[in-house]
Amino acid sequence: MYVAHLSLADFRSYAAVELALEPGVSAFVGPNGQGKTNLVEAIGYVATHGSHRVASDAPLIRAGAPRAIVRTGVVKDDRKALIEIEINPGRANRVRLNRGNVPRPRDLVGMLRTVLFAPEDLALVKGDPGERRRFLDELLTLRTPRMAGVRSDYDRVVKQRNALLKSAAAQRRTPGPEMLATLDVWDSQLANVGAELLAARLELVAALRPLVAGAYANVAPTGGAAELTYKSSLLGSTSRTDEGGDLELSTGRAQLVVMLEGGLAEARQQELARGVSLVGPHRDELLLRLGELPARGYASHGESWSFALGLRLAAFDLLRADGDDPVLILDDVFAELDAGRRRRLAELVAPAEQVLVTAAVPADVPAELKGASYAVANGSVTRE
Amino acid sequence: MYEGVVQNLIDELGRLPGVGPKSAQRIAFHLLAADPADVLRLSQALIEVKEKVRFCKTCGNVAEEELCRICRDPRRDENVICVVEESKDVVAIEKTREFRGKYHVLGGAISPIEGVGPEDLRIRELMQRLADGAVTELILATDPNLEGEATATYLARLVKPMGLTVTRLASGLPVGGDLEYADEVTLGRAFEGRRLLDV
Ligand SMILES: Nc1ncnc2c1ncn2[C@@H]1O[C@H](COP(=O)(O)OP(=O)(O)OP(=O)(O)O)[C@@H](O)[C@H]1O
Ligand SMILES: [Mg+2]
Ligand SMILES: [Zn+2]
Repeated sequence: MYVAHLSLADFRSYAAVELALEPGVSAFVGPNGQGKTNLVEAIGYVATHGSHRVASDAPLIRAGAPRAIVRTGVVKDDRKALIEIEINPGRANRVRLNRGNVPRPRDLVGMLRTVLFAPEDLALVKGDPGERRRFLDELLTLRTPRMAGVRSDYDRVVKQRNALLKSAAAQRRTPGPEMLATLDVWDSQLANVGAELLAARLELVAALRPLVAGAYANVAPTGGAAELTYKSSLLGSTSRTDEGGDLELSTGRAQLVVMLEGGLAEARQQELARGVSLVGPHRDELLLRLGELPARGYASHGESWSFALGLRLAAFDLLRADGDDPVLILDDVFAELDAGRRRRLAELVAPAEQVLVTAAVPADVPAELKGASYAVANGSVTRE
Repeated sequence: MYEGVVQNLIDELGRLPGVGPKSAQRIAFHLLAADPADVLRLSQALIEVKEKVRFCKTCGNVAEEELCRICRDPRRDENVICVVEESKDVVAIEKTREFRGKYHVLGGAISPIEGVGPEDLRIRELMQRLADGAVTELILATDPNLEGEATATYLARLVKPMGLTVTRLASGLPVGGDLEYADEVTLGRAFEGRRLLDV
């Protein structure tokens, strides 16, 4: 698929911009702070309904404007779809597909699939476990839109359960039978919805494992191999080779329900004392390892960056294997890499149906990525 | 802010569910401009609903007498009780004309976030109705969301020792809709709840 057209109204620094795009490579070049990232951020927003830079939507709306509108024309299998999102801070977004209203924004997930590489990706390797859980869950949702519902159900179960545990902890006496029976019910809910999420994550990790190892070896041929290990908050870890280990990547959903229920029963006293949900996929970790050492805390800056690229490239490979090339977005990634890595990354992404690159200077766009070039200056974009 | 009485009206309207400050103001000014007879009818309806309508002693449905219309009806099957969250769910199921048993209105669903636990629902009253063993089937028709599921599971576990038949409404695809327009959650649930086709 590719984005054939982008139109912004009051998005970030843009009062209004109209942009026609083509398949192949498009480079957006201009000095710092001119609005290059803002452009690709808008395209990423249409795909994931979130920004890769900020958690809330408020900063996406041009200062002083009441709302922002992002319109994209997406071409897939020679058919064009027009997706429009009106971003309303503090209220639900309005979403339209081919000029017809779509009742729930999440029904549009999957219409545009992107893989976005950005300087923020360093947090995938160096940041909190939450960053890596989000990486897995966003990829799950892109591959299987139904997972958007599972994720929001799971978040709600955890919220409900935390509210219950908190009120139990606040009572400061032994919880009565009604409270415990209610907790039993929410345990079942957490085990059921949690097992669905966990099973999907394990399946995803199994699929990503060889792809990440391959992508990392391509970008950084020297040094140790990149490995993924899934560590569950109550079930232990998968082994590095998927044999042995406490948790097998092939564990099915029904079995995970039973395992989660058992784990919750064991953790009950501790959870009642602390007043929060201590076990479940929301506490899990995707461990990244380079050779014998964990990447987090040990890998060099360049190695961490290459690992992050490896994760994104693997995501691209996986989505591509599902049938349709996602749109690749590379925001400012080449400036950080040495000449060899730069060239290898460029070669890996060049065959994609559409690649959007941003760079502060023309020299930061590798020669391997030939294509259209746009100058971005002061809130306007011009084809060169 | 407006003069005392007008602002009072806006404040009172603003406390209604689904009415924000802007709508409250719009409704208030609509009433100010309306025919006095219309406003009188509305105010009488409000007073009457509070004076005359109460909740059925047995099932918790809205009623004009001690018992609601359904509980008073001798033709309804005493042996089956359908448990719902709100009175409006009774109305919805009645429209189907599929169900000839009686109802039990819980008054909500278990939701710790909103501070609603089993003790805040009409569960004790339900257990009293089941005590004499006359009821043989309990249909759990709470909403098909997390809170409704939790409430159904809670009840199913509670009545398990009594040995009656407990069923849950199938949550599936809306009839008359196209499969391709069903959202993933509904379609996913429908897949899980699929049954053997007897031919
Ligand atoms: N909500 C907003 N309203 C108005 N201006 C905004 C808003 N959000 C960001 N900006 C402006 O957009 C500019 C940043 O744009 P962007 O991040 O796209 O820059 P860039 O071209 O990618 O620069 P760099 O090369 O440094 O990455 C900043 O000058 C910032 O002040
Ligand atoms: Mg930038
Ligand atoms: Zn009644």
